[in-house]
Amino acid sequence: MRYSALKILKEGLTGNRGWKPVWREPEPRAEYDVVIVGAGGHGLATAHYLSKEFGVTNVAVLEKGWIGSGNVGRNTTIIRSNYMLPGNEPFYEFSLQLWEGLEQDLNYNAMVSQRGILNLYHSDPQRDAFARRGNAMRLAGADAVLLDQAGVREMCPFLDFDNARFPIKGGLWQPRGGTVRHDAVAWGYARAADSRGVDIIQNCEVTGFDIENGVCRGVETSRGRIRAKKVAVCVAGSSGRLMEKAGIRLPIESHVLQAFISEGLKPVIPGVVTFGAGHFYVNQSDKGGLVFGGDPDGYNSYAQRGGLPVVEDVCEGGMAIMPMIGRARLLRMWGGIMDMSMDGSPFIDRTPVDGLYFNGGWCYGGFKATPASGFCYAHLIAKDEPHPTAAAYRLDRFRHGAMIDEKGVGAQPNLH
Amino acid sequence: MIINHPLLGPRDAAEFVYLGDASLIDRPDWEDPDAAEKYYEYLYLRDNPAGLHRELWFHEQGDRSWLVVTRNTLTHEITNVELARDVAKAQGRSR
Ligand SMILES: Cc1cc2nc3c(=O)[nH]c(=O)nc-3n(C[C@H](O)[C@H](O)[C@H](O)COP(=O)(O)OP(=O)(O)OC[C@H]3O[C@@H](n4cnc5c(N)ncnc54)[C@H](O)[C@@H]3O)c2cc1C
Repeated sequence: MRYSALKILKEGLTGNRGWKPVWREPEPRAEYDVVIVGAGGHGLATAHYLSKEFGVTNVAVLEKGWIGSGNVGRNTTIIRSNYMLPGNEPFYEFSLQLWEGLEQDLNYNAMVSQRGILNLYHSDPQRDAFARRGNAMRLAGADAVLLDQAGVREMCPFLDFDNARFPIKGGLWQPRGGTVRHDAVAWGYARAADSRGVDIIQNCEVTGFDIENGVCRGVETSRGRIRAKKVAVCVAGSSGRLMEKAGIRLPIESHVLQAFISEGLKPVIPGVVTFGAGHFYVNQSDKGGLVFGGDPDGYNSYAQRGGLPVVEDVCEGGMAIMPMIGRARLLRMWGGIMDMSMDGSPFIDRTPVDGLYFNGGWCYGGFKATPASGFCYAHLIAKDEPHPTAAAYRLDRFRHGAMIDEKGVGAQPNLH
Repeated sequence: MIINHPLLGPRDAAEFVYLGDASLIDRPDWEDPDAAEKYYEYLYLRDNPAGLHRELWFHEQGDRSWLVVTRNTLTHEITNVELARDVAKAQGRSR
C-alpha cells in the first residue's frame, strides 16, 4: 500500500477503514539466505538495502523484543556528519545524503528535519580545533560554517554569552544536520523491507549459533533453530553478550547513556545546540519538548537506567549555556545500553567464523549512521567486500594500530 | 551507587573514577615471545559480561586508592569491594 495525500483524504472520508498493518507477523521458516539478528535501526536498514539495492530478498530479521525497543527508540534523534578523520567522515556524509532521500526511498514520513546543528566553542584553541574540523568536513563534501559570537547571537539570542567560566565565543554550524523521528525510521525501514518479502520476526531471541568447523550455518532461537547461509549480527548494546556465544571477544564495553525530555514548550530552540566545555546537547521536538542529554554514566551496565550524578551533571551543563532551561519541568528520563568501542568508532566486518558478520560499536552516535550502516552492511553481506566508505571499520584494527580515535583518548570506552 | 570502601566505609560512587575490567591488573610480560598479541588482547578485548563484573574504581576524590569492585551489570548491585593492592598481591604480584 502506497501512502499519499490522496490516500489520506480518501481514508478520512471513508472512516479510516482501509488502513492495513504496516508489516506482516510471519512464522519463522526453517531456512533463509540471510538471517539478521536485531531489529533495531541498523538491522532493519540492512534488510531494506539488501532487498532493494542488492536483490537479496530471502531474508529474516530476528528481534528478541519488539521493533524499536532498543536504542533506535531511545536516542535523542540527532543526525549530522561533523566528524574529522578520513575513516569516518566520508561514511557519515554518505549517511547524511541517504537521510536526505530517505522518505522518498521508503515512501514513509520519517520527519527528517534539517534544522542544523551548532557546536559552541568557548576559547581560542577550541575555535582553531573547530576550524580544522570544519575544513575536514568540507574536504569530504559536507557543509560547515564557522560562526563568530555575533553569528551565534543572531541564531540563539537566549544563550549565556558572558558566562564567567565558559563564555560563548562562537560555534561550528552544520546547516544540513538536524533531527529525525526515530521510531518512524524503524517503522519505515520495516515496512519497506517487509513489502519486498523480508520476514520480520519479533519476540524471537537468538540464544546461540550453529557453528561447524569454523562455519556458521544458522542460529538457535527461542522459537527453534533457523538455518542460514549467512548470519549478520547487529544487536548494538548486546553485542558482547551475543558474540560471546560464537566464542568471539570484542573490543567493546556496554555502557548506559541517559536522555531527558521536558514538558512541551513554545518553539525556543532553532536546531541542535551543543555545549563545548561540558557535555550537554539539546534540541526541541516537534511537540515542543526539550530533548537533551550529556555524558554516559561511565561504568559497564546492561540495566537500561542510569544514576543521579549524571542527571545533575547534565542539568548543570544546560544551566551553564542556557539558564532559561531552569524554568522548564522535566517530564521523563530513560537510559539505553550502548556498545562503546575502544576508539569510539564502529565495526562493519566479517568475523573469524565463516558466514558470520558483525556490525556494532556504535557508541552514542549510531542513530545518524543508520542508513549508511544498513547500506554498507548489506554491501558486505551481499558481495563479501566492504563498501568503500566503511572500509576502515575492521574488527581487528587495534591489532594493527589502525584505530579511528576522533577524540584521541585511547582505549578507554567511557571517555569517548 | 554506594561503594563500601574497605578502609573508609560507604562512599558515594561519584567520588570515584571508573577504569574498567579488573583483568587490567594482569599486565602481560613485555619480554614474552607473544607479547604483541598478549598486549593486544589485554588492552583492547573485553569479556563485557551481563551479570557479575569485577572492575577497577579509583577513589580520586578520597584516599586515592584503587579498588576492585564486584558489581552486577544487570542490577548495579555491589556485592564485594577489595583493595586492588590486596588482589594483586594475592595473585603473586610484589605490589
Ligand atoms: C540515550 C541515547 C541517546 C542517543 N542519542 C543519539 C543521537 O542523538 N544521535 C545518534 O546518532 N545516536 C544516538 N544514540 C545512539 C544510537 O541510538 C545507537 O547507536 C543506535 O540506535 C544503535 O543501532 P540500532 O538502532 O540497530 O540499535 P538497537 O535499536 O538497540 O537494536 C538492537 C536490537 O537487537 C535486539 N537484540 C539484542 N540481543 C538480541 C538477541 N540475542 N536476539 C535477537 N535480538 C536481539 C535488541 O532487542 C534491539 O532491538 C543514542 C543512544 C542512547 C542510548
